[in-house]
Amino acid sequence: MTGFTAVRRVFGVRRVFGVRRVVGWTGSGKRLGKWLGAAALCAGLAVTAAPDAARAEWQPKRPIQFVIMAGTGGGADQIARLFQSIIEKEDFSRVPVIPINKPGGSGAEALRFLQDEAGNEHVMMITLNSLFTTPQLNPNLGVDIATYTPIARMALDTFQLWVHADSGIQSLDDYIAQVKQAGGSWKMGGTGKGQEDSLVTAMLEQEFGLKMTYIPFPGGGTVAKNLVGKHIDSTVNNPAEQIAFYEAGRTRPLMTMTPERLEMLPDVPTSGELGHPELVYYMQRSIVAAPEISDGARQWYTELMRKVYESDQWKEYTASEGLFREWLEGDELAAYFAEEVKKHKKLLASTGAM
Amino acid sequence: MELIQPLIDGIFIALEPINLAMVILGVLIGLFVGAMPGLGSVNGVAILLPVTFLVPPTAAIIFLAAIYYGAMYGGAISSVMLGIPGASTAVATTFDGRPMALKGEADRALVAAAVASFVGGTISVILFTLFAPPLAEFALKFGPPEEFALMVLAFATFVGLGGSDISKTIFSTLLGLVLATVGLDIVSGQPRLIFFDLPGFYHGINFLVLAIGIYGIGEILWTLEISQGRVMVSKVEMSIKRMLDAFRSLKVTVKSTLAGSLIGYFMGILPAAGATPGSLVAYGMAKSFSKDPESFGSGNINGVTAPESANNAASTGSLLPMLTLGIPGSPTTAILLGGMIIWGLRPGPLLFENNPEFVWGLIGSLYIANVFAMLINLAFVPVFIAVLKLPFTILAPVIFVLCVTGGYAPEQSMHDVWLILLFGVMGYLLRKLNYPVAPMVLAIVLGPLAERSLRQSLLGSQGDMLIFVERPLSAVFLLLGLALFVYPIVQMARHKKRQGGPAGEG
Amino acid sequence: MTVRTAELGMTLLLAALSVYLMVKSAELEIGWIQGEGPGGGAWPFWLAAGMLACCAVTLVRWWRGLTPESRNLEAFVGPATAKILGPTVISIAVMLGLTHVIGIYVAILIFLLFYLRFMGRHSWTLTVSMSLIAPVVTFFFFEAALRILLPKGITEPLFYPLYSLIY
Repeated sequence: MTGFTAVRRVFGVRRVFGVRRVVGWTGSGKRLGKWLGAAALCAGLAVTAAPDAARAEWQPKRPIQFVIMAGTGGGADQIARLFQSIIEKEDFSRVPVIPINKPGGSGAEALRFLQDEAGNEHVMMITLNSLFTTPQLNPNLGVDIATYTPIARMALDTFQLWVHADSGIQSLDDYIAQVKQAGGSWKMGGTGKGQEDSLVTAMLEQEFGLKMTYIPFPGGGTVAKNLVGKHIDSTVNNPAEQIAFYEAGRTRPLMTMTPERLEMLPDVPTSGELGHPELVYYMQRSIVAAPEISDGARQWYTELMRKVYESDQWKEYTASEGLFREWLEGDELAAYFAEEVKKHKKLLASTGAM
Repeated sequence: MELIQPLIDGIFIALEPINLAMVILGVLIGLFVGAMPGLGSVNGVAILLPVTFLVPPTAAIIFLAAIYYGAMYGGAISSVMLGIPGASTAVATTFDGRPMALKGEADRALVAAAVASFVGGTISVILFTLFAPPLAEFALKFGPPEEFALMVLAFATFVGLGGSDISKTIFSTLLGLVLATVGLDIVSGQPRLIFFDLPGFYHGINFLVLAIGIYGIGEILWTLEISQGRVMVSKVEMSIKRMLDAFRSLKVTVKSTLAGSLIGYFMGILPAAGATPGSLVAYGMAKSFSKDPESFGSGNINGVTAPESANNAASTGSLLPMLTLGIPGSPTTAILLGGMIIWGLRPGPLLFENNPEFVWGLIGSLYIANVFAMLINLAFVPVFIAVLKLPFTILAPVIFVLCVTGGYAPEQSMHDVWLILLFGVMGYLLRKLNYPVAPMVLAIVLGPLAERSLRQSLLGSQGDMLIFVERPLSAVFLLLGLALFVYPIVQMARHKKRQGGPAGEG
Repeated sequence: MTVRTAELGMTLLLAALSVYLMVKSAELEIGWIQGEGPGGGAWPFWLAAGMLACCAVTLVRWWRGLTPESRNLEAFVGPATAKILGPTVISIAVMLGLTHVIGIYVAILIFLLFYLRFMGRHSWTLTVSMSLIAPVVTFFFFEAALRILLPKGITEPLFYPLYSLIY
């Protein structure tokens, strides 16, 4: 192991010399020198970047595909494109990271794609909770997420219960009373059966003994709009999807489904404060890579995401969109995934989705 | 008026050197990306997003909006020249644009498309400037029942798009609708129609796959058969005099362009609808209310101007729900929306108050982008015409390559490219047997919207069908749709009686 | 095969397709769910049923000779047409097949070489220059300008030096 590192170090030093010599040629203005210079410059960049990530022995050779298991415009998509721009702006990677949306079948297509790309070290994926639910809902998909290489958990997104500001509902108790009175015709908006918000809806129904009509829409933004237009009666949206309407006084959050209050919604009580501490649900925003990639590649991706995680832009974004920035990597992340799979199995079973 | 001052400020913001450079560069990029079959504004906007982090947010959104605009103009180019709609919004443009090109009037069609796009874009920007907030409120009134009624209205315009054989026309429409259901059923959350368990079907059958297959491969196979190895297919000429004539002949299109602009804008501001139904309804209306409906489909210039003015008006219109509600009306605006959030701007009811320089800078740049898009587009008409002069034995393989690469790009899946070939061969055979293919392509665009809004409405009403007539807005649309459905039939019947012969063929 | 036979064949084929679509849709609930509206399979199922009905109508019209195609006894695809279209479709299919193995760029090159030279009968100069230019332009347009990665199959490593040049 030490011998190997030593060889690499020697090799690295030789490359540095090489760069100097080649750069010298460029000065003479020969065309060949220019080409070599460009190539050497790239090599040089790689070498200068090396001390930052001393352990990163692996380097990408071609552009990295960044799979988004959801469509354009949603939360995961926004975050992926933000990561892309941070990586590009801060020069964290010598090759570009190229986002590609694979929203098919609630992420089924993306999951299967990553499974089939086993050993491909130039692909990573941003996940939603459909990482846990979709393989369970589609057993014949042949996907085992335990085989994926866990890279990093970047943040946790939260859910609140929202109603229209004109509804007259001020508290959770009002809400429960109204829903009960509606006798099943209460319209709860969401993004589709088996999606995160449908699980939260089911949790609410069980906890309070309610019955609601769940109406699916494409995307959380459309759900929010339909609440503002009074086509539905309540939603469980992320803060990012509702905050603009909230600030304009059109909608009202009744409860946040987190253990602690949100900085951006300081007046909204948590489910625990209202006496229902088990009503906690997060959407994790994590990065995974294909199965069976080398340790070097895994480390490189982890370092890359750590740099993104520490960037100011990510800090600003998570603060303004109401996400909890909570890092996990490696085995801990794998353990977290396993735990979440179990939790969702129970949830799906209890809601009758499975 | 209080609106004038910020607008003038906005136009000055757009005329700042960096912003102006962004407008011109954006329009150029958009024009070429839009003209490529398979690639549309969404590709241009998505891929250039990171580049824009190097410039300030206002310049960046102006750049992206210019690409968006340019691509809208560009979509008409491939519709007219190759007969392949580059985006779903340009399908209706092929109906008459392609026949015009085959008659040797490609230049007229391109000029008409550019001018109509300009008029549509400008009218909608003006409406946007004047009525943004009240229109946003109106858009909120649109729930699932209204969306469904609107889809019925759009489907009503199909009547008359079909051929002479009614059962084959209906078959084609139904097949398109069924193909549109492949993928995931969002109401039950179950995968649906995953043929042979191929994972590629999970993302459904993209409109582009069917359109490139049928219009790209299928159309070229058809043309190869007709030409039987002859080198030239369409005769094209190009001269200053012809260009001037082309402008003069636009007089007859004033009505269709204006109507198209208004319809397009209206459809564009509704979050669910967007430019495709807008251009279809505009085409259908232009045909229904024309003195000479039979000439539609065989190269009536109004059949180019109506959908082109509508789709540009709609693309401006669809910026409205994005800015004021944070609801993207199309994948492209979805990415624009993501960009704004990344820049720290929050679209929503308060955007106009909190970031006026941004909003008015954008609106100002829309005026400017529109002017430049038309000028640049007109300047390129001779270039595009020159391409048509290539021998078909060179053009055909190049188009095949474009179809393959362009078909791969949106989903990056070879599965889609194989489907394109399959649809191409099927489309060619169906066409030979007098099955109209246009209704199939349109049905695959509108189908998902129709099914989803129908089922959402019924969920909301506990399965009560009356919801569609109880709500005033949806009742109005349904009535309009019914009128649009009946009108051409009545007219056709009357016409038949008078002439005693069969009606024209599509 | 005459046009008349072709129409019969196609109608039967489409009818079979309709039945297949109906069966496939029936994997989901095709009935009306009380208080919810139609089930997940209802929409495609009944539409496919409509397709089947259309095929039946076409069949009757064919039988009675009402469609122009059913009275047309010319060859459906004449020998001259088949000579052009057959190789065209097959060469596109070969190009797609090759893409999986040797990548799209080499596949395009081979396709254009074949098509321009043997279908178009153009000179070798034009054929070779077009066939070389097209993949290069495609590469720079998609990968450098638009950043869309196209499949490269086993030729992937050949592109590493290019990537370090353009990025």
